[in-house]
Amino acid sequence: MSSGAASTDDVAFRQELVGLIPHLRAFARTLCGDATAADDLAQDAMLKAWDARASYQMGTNMKAWTFMILRNQFYSEKRRSWRQSQLDQEAAERTLVAVDDPEAPVALDELRMALLTLPDEQREALILVGAGGFAYEEAAEICGCAVGTVKSRVSRARRALHAALEAGAYDRDGSPAGDAMGSILADADRLSGAR
Amino acid sequence: MIEQKDASRGRPPDSQEDYALDEARLRQQAIGVKLRQMFDQVVSEPVPDDFLDILRRADERKKGGS
Repeated sequence: MSSGAASTDDVAFRQELVGLIPHLRAFARTLCGDATAADDLAQDAMLKAWDARASYQMGTNMKAWTFMILRNQFYSEKRRSWRQSQLDQEAAERTLVAVDDPEAPVALDELRMALLTLPDEQREALILVGAGGFAYEEAAEICGCAVGTVKSRVSRARRALHAALEAGAYDRDGSPAGDAMGSILADADRLSGAR
Repeated sequence: MIEQKDASRGRPPDSQEDYALDEARLRQQAIGVKLRQMFDQVVSEPVPDDFLDILRRADERKKGGS
C-alpha cells in the first residue's frame, strides 16, 4: 500500500525495536545459555517483530510484545528438533564451564549454572519478573498462561535456585562446589551498599 | 504482620526460627540482586553489528521488492 518510502510509523517502530535489542539479547541469553545461539535467537525474534510490525499497535508495550515473539520462537525451535535442543544444552554447558574471565565474579558464574538446572518455564518466569522488570500480569501474557501459574513458577524457581546454590547441585566440572551462596551474599551486599 | 513483629521484639534475639526466616529472606534478596546484575550485564553489552545489518537488509528488501 505505502509506496516505497518508509512511513513515519515504520521509522518510529524501527527506532523502538533497535532500543530493545539489548534486552532481547539478555532474555535470549538466559533462555539458551549459549551466547551464540542466544544471539541467533534474538536476531530471529527481531526480524519476526519487524516483519509483523503491521500487527503491532504503537503505544502498547513493545518490550512485552517482542519478548513474547522471542520466547515463542525459542519453544517452537525446541519442539521442532529435540536433538538440536540437546546439542544446544551441551553447548550451553560447555560455554558456561569455559567462561574463564578473571574479571567475572565467581558468584555470577555459579548463578548462571544454577539457573540452567531449572526447567525452562521456571527460569523464564523468574527472569521476566525478577530481572526483566515485568509485572506478574505482563509475564503471564508473554508466556501465554495464567497469572497464578507465573506466580507459582517464580516461587518454585526461587526455592530451587536457592537450594541449588546452597548445595552446589550444579555441575562444577571437577572443582569443588564452593560457597556459592556465601559469595552471592557478599557480592549482593557490596552492590546494594550498606543495608 | 505488624503484630508478629511486635511479638518477636520481646523475644531473645537468638530465636532460631526468626533467625532462619530472616536468613532465608536475606538470601532470596541477594539472589534477586545477582539475577538483575546478570541480566543487566548483557543489556549493557554493545550490540553486535549484525543486528543492525540484518535489520537494514530487511528494510531494503522491502523497499526494493515492492
